[in-house]
Parts: sequence; structure tokens; C-alpha cells
Amino acid sequence: MKALRKILDNIKPHVQKGGKFEMFRSTFDAMETLFFVPDHVTLKGSHIRDGVDMKRTMITVFIALIPALLFGMWNVGYQHFRSLGETVELWPAFWYGFLKVLPILIVSYVVGLGIEIIFAQKRGHEVNEGFFVSGLLIPLVLPPDIPLWMVAVATAFAVIIGKEVFGGTGMNILNPALTARAFLFFAYPSFMSGDKVWISDKADAFSGATPLGDALVGHIDKLPNPMDMIIGIIPGSVGETSIIAIGIGALILLYTGVGSWRILFSTIAGGLFMGYLFNLWGLNDYMNIPPYYHLIMGGFAFGAVFMATDPVTAAQTNKGKYIYGFLIGLMAVLIRVFNPAYPEGMMLAILLMNVFAPLIDHYVVEANIKRRLKRVKA
Amino acid sequence: MIKIKKGLDIKLIGEAEKVVAELDVKNFAIKPTDFIGVFPKMIVKEGDFVKAGSPLFIDKYRDNIQFTAPVSGKITELKRGPKRVLLEVKIEADGKNDYIDFGKADPKNLDKKDVIAKLLESGTWPFIRQRPYSTIANPNDEPKAIFISAFDSNPLAPDYDLLVHGQGETFQAGLDALVKLTKGKVHLNVNNMAAPSKVYSNSKNVQINEFSGPHPAGNIGTQIAHIDPINKGDIVWYLYPQDVLTIGRLFLEGKYDTTRLIAFTGSEVLSPKYYKTKLGASIEAFAIKNVSDVKKRFISGNVLTGTKIESTGYVCSYHTHVTVIPEGDQHQFMGWLIPSPKKHSFYRTALSWMTPNKKFKLNTNLNGGIRAFVMTGEFEKVFPMDIYPMQLIKAIMVEDIDAMENLGIYEVDEEDFALCEYISTSKIEIQSVVRHGLDMIRKEMS
Repeated sequence: MKALRKILDNIKPHVQKGGKFEMFRSTFDAMETLFFVPDHVTLKGSHIRDGVDMKRTMITVFIALIPALLFGMWNVGYQHFRSLGETVELWPAFWYGFLKVLPILIVSYVVGLGIEIIFAQKRGHEVNEGFFVSGLLIPLVLPPDIPLWMVAVATAFAVIIGKEVFGGTGMNILNPALTARAFLFFAYPSFMSGDKVWISDKADAFSGATPLGDALVGHIDKLPNPMDMIIGIIPGSVGETSIIAIGIGALILLYTGVGSWRILFSTIAGGLFMGYLFNLWGLNDYMNIPPYYHLIMGGFAFGAVFMATDPVTAAQTNKGKYIYGFLIGLMAVLIRVFNPAYPEGMMLAILLMNVFAPLIDHYVVEANIKRRLKRVKA
Repeated sequence: MIKIKKGLDIKLIGEAEKVVAELDVKNFAIKPTDFIGVFPKMIVKEGDFVKAGSPLFIDKYRDNIQFTAPVSGKITELKRGPKRVLLEVKIEADGKNDYIDFGKADPKNLDKKDVIAKLLESGTWPFIRQRPYSTIANPNDEPKAIFISAFDSNPLAPDYDLLVHGQGETFQAGLDALVKLTKGKVHLNVNNMAAPSKVYSNSKNVQINEFSGPHPAGNIGTQIAHIDPINKGDIVWYLYPQDVLTIGRLFLEGKYDTTRLIAFTGSEVLSPKYYKTKLGASIEAFAIKNVSDVKKRFISGNVLTGTKIESTGYVCSYHTHVTVIPEGDQHQFMGWLIPSPKKHSFYRTALSWMTPNKKFKLNTNLNGGIRAFVMTGEFEKVFPMDIYPMQLIKAIMVEDIDAMENLGIYEVDEEDFALCEYISTSKIEIQSVVRHGLDMIRKEMS
């Protein structure tokens, strides 16, 4: 590590302001701070600071995503071989999926980080760690057979239009990973609508609908059994299928406090509430499915754990978080059941509530202000 | 009893032993920069001789407020900084301790006007500050209450019981004077977690409030918010026990005697203890043969809100302790990834939550880079007031005065945000943001 420090110290003067390779300042900074916590000391205010920084916070989310990623890789292979009617072994399936998902991952990171670094350089900021997580989220919400150029275009769109135009990480209104997915959803609907199954290189003869697609047209009997959906051995986006893998991530996020339990639990509550309400209504078969099915179908669980809890785009007040989460769950189920064009409601529900989060906060804060004014009169 | 639930106690190595050493400090200085909003107009010049209680300078904008010498001796230097800002009025003590006689008096028999006149004349007045803004109180105001915090919950804080030990009579005399200053109550806020000193519990004519819980339970802002919150237009005054003693001595003995204990603490102090000295003492003598030889930072006050000073610097007027911690100007290899048991953190993403009673040796490293706000809901966990801290900070950042007022800026001071600043994963300098907001409002209002 001393040798590495020496190399970095040798390069450093050249990439500083006025140096020969000034244009690589942000790139160098990102690399340097990856290996070493900077030697910056406190100048104003508190003389000591907490040992946790943004990098550590973000790596926690990254780690929480790993189970879903690994399971997703295996499942991509599993679904592939199954569609061909072959028997499936653990490692060949994983290896197949690994080779399928890795390129998506690489494209997402290279494009996203590239743009982030350019913006950091232009703005004179340090590179923010937000894309650490977004870069992994994007492949996990995409189908495994997506063309790589689509990944690149969607990532670029999400980072530039979704984030950087608002001022970068921390200022964005919409969740970047969902922005990428929504972009593909509307730009290439035939690929992304979510009613046809996503199996990489499937046999032509093997056709079918996703659970959500089936449910929407009333083929409730065709739904996979709940155990398969909980384990995740069904086709779907790379990371969204296994409730168990997502659950492990959820535990990590809740335990470390990085993900808000208020949002997570209220999202689940919202989904269940709407599910029960539909049960009471009972107009068609879809309305009559057990409410917990909504939690284990499609992207509900993944969205609730990793997308709804994104602190930047969620409501920021504690009371607001309950409302925000509840409405996401409620809207997701509502869209699923009522809107024939979009079998998957989670993405749109979260994006919609992202937009409304500031409004929710506004009313929560307004109540605090009213309380303060009342005190004066009393 | 008022129980504070939100907050964080940061336990550090280097707490002062309950031993009082007497030191003959030679150099003293009063720093005009300690007093927010004061523009000093000099009365003495270099080479003048002063007695304890002689005026050094007055506030140009409120010329009845004067600042007096803590010891008798010679004015050795008027140290100025950039733009000729007066930084230090240095006095070399002659060791004779000549006091100006302001006359003994029993505060119970005086009326408000006389008490104020005596405090102003002797230079004792600046110890009384007001909220909002933490400026020196205006003698013409009518405060709705006066608050005294009888404990300090900051890291390595001095034991406020020791500070007043055996001085019950003086303390009561000080309280008797303060009672005259307000039509409202004088609140004496004690710590419920240990039996408070008899000096506090036997105090008369004041309301004693008990607090318990983690830091910031000892902050005056927290206490005001839980007892009698400040609304727009309200003014409360506040001060600390050693200042009450100084006021008490003024009435009992007729002299401006700022004798006080200063705790010398921190992981780099070899034998942390209390020193008996006077206001504005140089820390040079404290540090001789008593600090380690690593690169270190001397802080007047505590590690969360204190002021960086030189190794030959002076204790600030409102501080009762000095902390010495190592500088953290080294790179840490993979420091963000590898959880180190040496680092303290509020968060469970690090290890320190598993050892809640461990004492840490922390340095001044920022432990990360500065980022925009990302995490939410964290500040609320260490901010025990009915205020939305993050929304208030953002309102100040965009300089929206209406929003600041609505969100409760009158109730807060920068020190109330010290823990928010400490735990900020984005490493944002929140205390200076809050100070900027308070300054902005103060100018708007005057």
C-alpha cells in the first residue's frame, strides 16, 4: 500500500489545476479516494467527524444487492436451459447467466461512470458515489436478453436527464435506475412491456406470459405456485424474481439503517391494503387473488426494498415516508389490476410518488409550521 | 423530569481527573471575536497598565457594554488579523491581582436598574447572552426567562459540580442578582443521571428542572425548547454556573473576580486535570510537559463546537475547557471499506455501535469527501426539538428568510446542530450554515 501511495503521490501534481493532465482530475480523484480516505481535516465546525462517509453508506446498499445479483445470474441460466427442455445443473446455469449479465453490468457502469466523471470534472466536484448503486440497479431491473446498446442509451438518458440536469446526485427528482427502465419501457415497448416472458435465447417453441401478464388477462390458474415465486425460479428481470434474495438485502438495509423501515413497511402495507380492497370488490379473477401474491409477483419486492427506499427521491420527513410508501404500494397494485397497457405497476407507482414526494413533505412540514404559530397565539 | 431521547454521547479518551492544580499563569488575553456581533472600540493602548476590572474596550454599537481586564498588569499587544480585525487584547499579569473596587452590595436590596448598572460597569455583563443569536444580552430588553445549564453533555465536558464545589453562598448571591433581571423565571437545569451538587439543589428563588438523556441534553437550546420554547419576538437570557459565581463575587466582594476552573482534556494530554485560573488564560502553561509529541490540535472548548487555537493561545471567554486531539492529516488505505474498531460512528454500517461504552481516540480527519445531501432521516435522530433540521438547513442555504422563520430558526443555535454535523455522511459544514442564517436574520431585524 505504501508503493501504491507513492505512485498516486507521483501522479497527483500532474492532474491538479494547472497540471498537464488536468482533464483527468476527477478520474484521478475517484481512483485515489477509492484506495485511500483523503487526508482532509476539519476546518470549520465540529473538529471530529463520524467514521462513516458516503462511500461506506453506498457500499452497504451494493452489498445488499449482491444476493439478488447472484441469484439473478443463476436464474437467467436456469430459465434458458429449462426453456430448451434440458436438465439444469447449478454451475453451468450460473456460468451462462454470468456471461449474459456481466456485459450489461459493464456497459451500465462504463457509460454511467463515464458521464458522472465528465460532469464532476466540469463542475469541479468530486465524483459522487450514487452511481455505485445505480449502476448495479440498472442491470437488475432489465431483462437478460436486452441488447447492450439499449442499456447504454438508457443509462446515458438516466444519468444525464434523470440526474445531472438537476444538479447531480442528491438533487435528482426521479430514481435514476427506474428512469432508465422507464425510458426503455416507453421507447421500446415491444421489448419491455412486461407481459411476455424474458428468457435469454429461449427456444422458439417456448412461449408464454409472465405471471403479471397471465393475471391481467385472467389466467389465474396459470400463475406459478407461490413457492416458486418466493424462491424466484420464474422468468423475469435479472434481479427481481427471488423474494428470498431480495429479503436478505432488505435485512441488511434495515439492520444497518441505510434503508428506511418506514418506507419499506408502509409500501408492503399499501400493497396488501389495496389487495384486500380488491378482494372485497371482487369484480374479476385478478381482483380475487390473495393479496400477498402482489408482493411476490413481478418487481414489487425489488422496488419496495431497493427503489422506494432511495433517500434522495423518497419523502424526506419521517411522517412523509409512511404516506409515500403506503401510496406506492397502493398505486402499484392499482395500476397492475386496472391498466391493461402496463402489467407491471411498481415502476410507474414509484416514479409517480417520486414526483409527489416533495408535496407530501411540504404538507408534513406545513403542519410543523402551524404548530409553531399556534404556540405564539397560546 | 424531562427525558431527552434523541441524541448521541461521544465517549472520548482523556477525561479530566477531578484534581485541581493551581497554576501561576502569566499571559492573558480577551478575544473580541468571542463575542458575536461586537465591534470593539479600544479604550486602552499597548503599554497601558490595568487593574482587574478596568475597561479594555467597548462595543461600538452598544457603548454601555464594556469588556474589562481579568487581571492586573500591562497591555502587551493588540493583535490584529486580516483587515485589521482585532483578535486579541493581550495582558501580562503583574501577579499583584489589584482589583478595582465596585463596592459590596446585597442584590436582594437592589432594584433591576442598579443590578444592571453594576454588571455593566464591572464588565460582568457580557457573560449574560441571549437567544436567539447568542449575542450579548441587551440590558434594555425584558427577557421572558433566564436559563442556566448546570451540566455539560458534550464530549470530555468538565464536571459542572466540581466547578462550583463549596461555593454555595457565592452561587446564591449570583442567582439573587439574576432574579432581579427578569419578571419571568430563572431556570436552573440540572442533570438527573447523577445526584447534582448541593450547590445546585439547595439554590433558592429559582426553578430547578431535571434533565436526563444523551447529549445534547446539556445544551441550553435543548433545555429552552423543552421548558419554554422561543417564539418570534421572544428573548431569553442564558449563562453558565461559573459566570454566576463571577456575578456572585461581584456583589459579595465588590470585585470583578473571574477565577474559574478550566478542564484540560483530550487523548493527547498526558495527565488531564483541572486548572484554577482566570478568564482568558493562556494554555501555554497547561501544556508544558503535559502533552504528547504527535501533531495535534488545540481546541478551546469541546471537540464539537470549540475553536481551534495555537499551542500558546488563550481560552475563549465562554469556554470552560480545552481539548487536545491528534490531527488526522494522513491517508487511510481502504479506510472507507475496511471497518475499523478505532473509528467512532453513529451508524450501524461501522462497528462502534457494538461497543457503546468504549472510549475512542478520534482525530480531526474528515473521514470522507464533501457531498450533496443524500441520506435523510438521520439528523432527526440526534436533534431533540420539534424542528425539521434538514429542511431548516436547506432554507438557510437558499437564504429564504420566511422559510427560516417558519421552520424555527429563532429556537436554535449553531451548537444545537453540532451532532448533525458530526454524523453527516455528506460531511456538510452545518454549523457555519446555521451561523450564516442567524447572522442574516439578525441583520434583517436590526
